[in-house]
Amino acid sequence: MPEMLWKLLEITIIIALLIPMAAMLVWVERRLIGIWQDRHGPNRVGPFGVLQSFADLLKILGKEDWVPPFSDRLVFTLAPIIGAICVLMSFAVVPFSPDIGVSNLNIGLLFFLAMASLAVYSVVLAGWASNSKYALLGGMRAAAQTVSYEVFMGLSVMGVVLLTGTFNLREIVLAQTDGWLIQSQFVGFFIFLIAGIAESHRLPFDLPEAETELTAGFHTEYSGLKFALFFLGEYLGVTLISAMSVVLFFGGWLMPEPLASWLPPLLWFVIKIMCFVMFFILLRTSLPRPRFDQLLKFGWMVMLPLALLNLLVTALLRLTGVL
Amino acid sequence: MSYFASIESLFYLAATVAVVASLKVVTGNNTVHALLYLVVSLLAVAVCFYLMGAPFAAGLEVIVYAGAILVLFVFAVLMFGLGKDETQHAPQNSGISNMFGAMFLAFALLIELVVIINNAQIQQSLQVKVISSKSVGIMLYGPYLLAVEIASFLLLAGLLAGYHYAKPESQGSQR
Amino acid sequence: MNKNSFKNSLLISQLRTMWLVIKHTFTKADTVQYPEQKPYLAPRYRGRIVLTRDHGGEERCVACNLCAVACPVDCIALQQVVDDDGRKRADFFRINFSRCILCGFCEEACPTYAIQLTPDVELAEYDRQNLVYEKEHLLINGPGKYPDYSFYQQSGIAIAGKGKGEAEQERPPIDVKGLMP
Repeated sequence: MPEMLWKLLEITIIIALLIPMAAMLVWVERRLIGIWQDRHGPNRVGPFGVLQSFADLLKILGKEDWVPPFSDRLVFTLAPIIGAICVLMSFAVVPFSPDIGVSNLNIGLLFFLAMASLAVYSVVLAGWASNSKYALLGGMRAAAQTVSYEVFMGLSVMGVVLLTGTFNLREIVLAQTDGWLIQSQFVGFFIFLIAGIAESHRLPFDLPEAETELTAGFHTEYSGLKFALFFLGEYLGVTLISAMSVVLFFGGWLMPEPLASWLPPLLWFVIKIMCFVMFFILLRTSLPRPRFDQLLKFGWMVMLPLALLNLLVTALLRLTGVL
Repeated sequence: MSYFASIESLFYLAATVAVVASLKVVTGNNTVHALLYLVVSLLAVAVCFYLMGAPFAAGLEVIVYAGAILVLFVFAVLMFGLGKDETQHAPQNSGISNMFGAMFLAFALLIELVVIINNAQIQQSLQVKVISSKSVGIMLYGPYLLAVEIASFLLLAGLLAGYHYAKPESQGSQR
Repeated sequence: MNKNSFKNSLLISQLRTMWLVIKHTFTKADTVQYPEQKPYLAPRYRGRIVLTRDHGGEERCVACNLCAVACPVDCIALQQVVDDDGRKRADFFRINFSRCILCGFCEEACPTYAIQLTPDVELAEYDRQNLVYEKEHLLINGPGKYPDYSFYQQSGIAIAGKGKGEAEQERPPIDVKGLMP
């Protein structure tokens, strides 16, 4: 029984760290975008503006939690919750360090893919339940985009599974002790990264919420706490995709020897994640949004053949014993 | 506690959720709500698979059925705009009691999942008779090769037919 | 799939964009930290409106109403009176800054350089009524942009202490009846 209590404590601590981190990411993102656009970004609330997110949170909590009378009340309320829960559940299988991590599930990678595919419901149902044109269009875009890019995401990580022979994320990390998988799987990593951006519908693939075309897309009708939940889900999703990239291709908490002894493994893991998060923010600032048909065409005409080719070559090299 | 957290009781709970959700699928009068119940039902079936020692099948169930195929169903419903005439005839679903059913089923599954992930004993006893993905692969490409091939041909035929129907009538109209 | 879309799929343009953006990490921000650090506003910046005086300390405004006519949002209201010494001045002069769009048309229309726009933009008030400026709020004790100009020294109007023909660049008036040959 105390074992279970410890586990619950661990889960609570991880969630209690993840959610403020997602809030901080909003500030980090705004600051970085500011710097890259020759501005300062929010720098007033607290030192360097670090408390900006909490000020925003206070404001958003004080807002009226409005449910449109023309919406489907139940689904409208459920949609943001599904999004946040699916992303938080995915963190259960992420191995943070040699001895931190909620669950050592032997289908960890499949669990992550499953949760990522369930997270679509959040957006699609939000779009449907809002009962407005913009939201519906956003929801439909999200459905088509996510179902398409899920395919490539699944295929791109299969190379990793071939090389390590397991779905267990902890074992995948441990299999990279001699060298990170990015060395042999850089094509897979590239596809995973792009599919990850499309899955978490971040810019430049934020077509479900494309402000310039659909006002705010699927969350046009949302306000207050529910809107905050969507935002939380989005930023947790960015962190999750970064964490999965690190775990699958960049050796998780592992580092080459001289560096590894400088900092604890958990810190190395967090540093790697932050590098990826900053990369995602860089993508957001620099790249324009593609048209929707361009997005789908790029997926099916470029990503899918590339992913299949990567899988094929990896399997061949594996069979011939090169890798 | 030990009885609540035993594999059998969890299995029957998940099975009950699956049955109740499936019943709601066929008795409801709102398409999207029915699809949501179907998702819950499939998730419950996935939990059943997991508890029977087939984590690979459970994962695939969620990814393929709940994650991809039903999203396509929802997409089709959104596309054809079936909601219009339903919202007029359907009873107003703003009451807490109406929300309770769906919430309860999904919440039961969530609790179950937390219990499974949280309980080292269950994790250990699940490891004993686990069917690995490797053995699934060997079975698919060994004794069941013919079935796999037939299924893949069926899918290929479906793909070709879909492509044929989706192809524009005149090539010039594109772009 | 033509050649162009193959080239696009290599994402070269995207990578170049990202490189260009990341180079901006090291450029200085253009932002001015406003309340602590004031931005430079040019002397002819169009900000708060003032009524100026000439170097003699007299009001320049002769209340000719041209500014009120030129104003596109009708935010200027005034009334002319003529003093005993012959000077014309505004009985009241009112500018409603909650309407004013700081376009500067009044300044252009003014024949006596009385109304001028200054580089002061800090006009915010909590109460809307405080944005209605009366003549005593508008008048300043200086000549503004044209320090040497004085309307009555240039024009032929007679005032106390200056008769007709005594202005600068003005000849004395000619008695047309004494011009007989």
